Amino acid sequence: MSDATRRTIAFTLNGRRVTADVKTHETILEVLQRDFGLFGARESCGQGLCGCCTLLVDGTAVSGCLYLAAFAAGAELVTVEGLARGDELHPIQRAFVEKSGFQCGFCTPGFILMTAELLSRHPRPTNEEIRHYLSGNLCRCAAYPDIIEAVKRAAELQADRT
Amino acid sequence: MAVIRDVMPAFELFQPASIADAQAVLARYGADAWVLAGGLDSLDWLKDRIKRPQAVVDLGGIVELKGIRPWENGLEIGAMTTLTEVVTHPVIRDRYAILLDAAEAAASPQIRNQGTIGGNASQDTRCWYYRAGWPCYRAGGNICYADTPEAINREHAILDADRCVAVNPSDTAPALIALDARMVVRGASGRERVLAAEEYFVGPAVDITRMTVLQPGDLLTAIRLPGDWAASAGGSGGAEVQFYFEKTRDRQVWDFALVSVASAMVLRGSAIERARIAVNGVAARPLRLAAVEELVRGRPRNEATAVMAANRAIEGAQPLRFNAYKVPLMRNLVKRAIRGTQAWTS
Repeated sequence: MSDATRRTIAFTLNGRRVTADVKTHETILEVLQRDFGLFGARESCGQGLCGCCTLLVDGTAVSGCLYLAAFAAGAELVTVEGLARGDELHPIQRAFVEKSGFQCGFCTPGFILMTAELLSRHPRPTNEEIRHYLSGNLCRCAAYPDIIEAVKRAAELQADRT
Repeated sequence: MAVIRDVMPAFELFQPASIADAQAVLARYGADAWVLAGGLDSLDWLKDRIKRPQAVVDLGGIVELKGIRPWENGLEIGAMTTLTEVVTHPVIRDRYAILLDAAEAAASPQIRNQGTIGGNASQDTRCWYYRAGWPCYRAGGNICYADTPEAINREHAILDADRCVAVNPSDTAPALIALDARMVVRGASGRERVLAAEEYFVGPAVDITRMTVLQPGDLLTAIRLPGDWAASAGGSGGAEVQFYFEKTRDRQVWDFALVSVASAMVLRGSAIERARIAVNGVAARPLRLAAVEELVRGRPRNEATAVMAANRAIEGAQPLRFNAYKVPLMRNLVKRAIRGTQAWTS
């Protein structure tokens, strides 16, 4: 019988097909950091209330700290590191820079990825939709007004691009 | 007691593709097995090392547990359907908006993307004495730490306590009761039972260690919403169904309910033809307020009826040291549910 405490999982990570040998009790966050050197998704609260570890799984934002690595088998994962095209920032990243949608930056990857999900469903979001979608992300610097401006700017930039 | 987060102890993980395969693993491991739905409540327990299962059975690969489909004149929702799928489903939006409101009040967008309706309904209580691993009644011991003279019990029960004063934290549970939902449970033997939502949840007088009727080896497979309380059900003869859901909490996101209320009413003109109403956060199970439903039947929907209903709802409430505020809170929520305060659209 195979060892039920280990798995080799294959998944797509930021557009690349990858495999990883994981322990079944590990979260995807541990694997991204240890095996792939990706630290954009940060563990902060460890219980899904802060949004710092947000990543996209098949286009949907989840909390990586509550997501077993084994769940990722066959899925398409995107972290903040996967948004830029070479040196060209993603429009959402550009918008956050332009509008200073952060101060210390610790929470920013989570906000940016949640914004990506928001704009994929609501390309021109209302203030209410923005607040609703970002409600699971905490910014201890309280850059919220600038974050909301950044999201609106990101919507404009994305509309220009398509 | 030290709380260790971040890293979980090792467990064996099983990812069966069918209900039968899942139940075979559950049978093999018995009390050492743990059922994992979305994993939000589960991983919280495992990270804290309070629950230490040997085997974890992930239901995420079982296709037959997922999706929303027509059922008789209503809907059947697979237990592993995510809360986001529930809140974005057009028929739920049109006919069962109360469930949309309740599901959308749960946790955060990220958690709703991963969390399931079966898991939300079946989640364990948040009593922190119990969650921190204190050997209380619910954990198999012989004391309730939340009901001692020094206990911090602001979030605990005001009704139907029996040794344990924990409350049910689910947002969808009261909405399911208001909609007269049916819970489909597959027993270890493979036999299927269908229970009314109000029978699915149990209080400490029935089983002090569980929140639901589920025994080891049982799985909730689906939730059925009958057509009787759907928004278009009133249709003929000028009757209409109206819903109300409200959740009060300290923080508007992620937090659990202090008290929540869900109601479905069939109105004919200004009169309440029939109603179903449930509250949560006040007892170890979501409470259907049958006496209130009976009281308002046939009465005009107005302030006087609402006040009468609200006062009836809190009869018998027994607050603890720090949660007396829940009594007027529950009274006011029931009043608003009967009288209405806002537009019903969500």
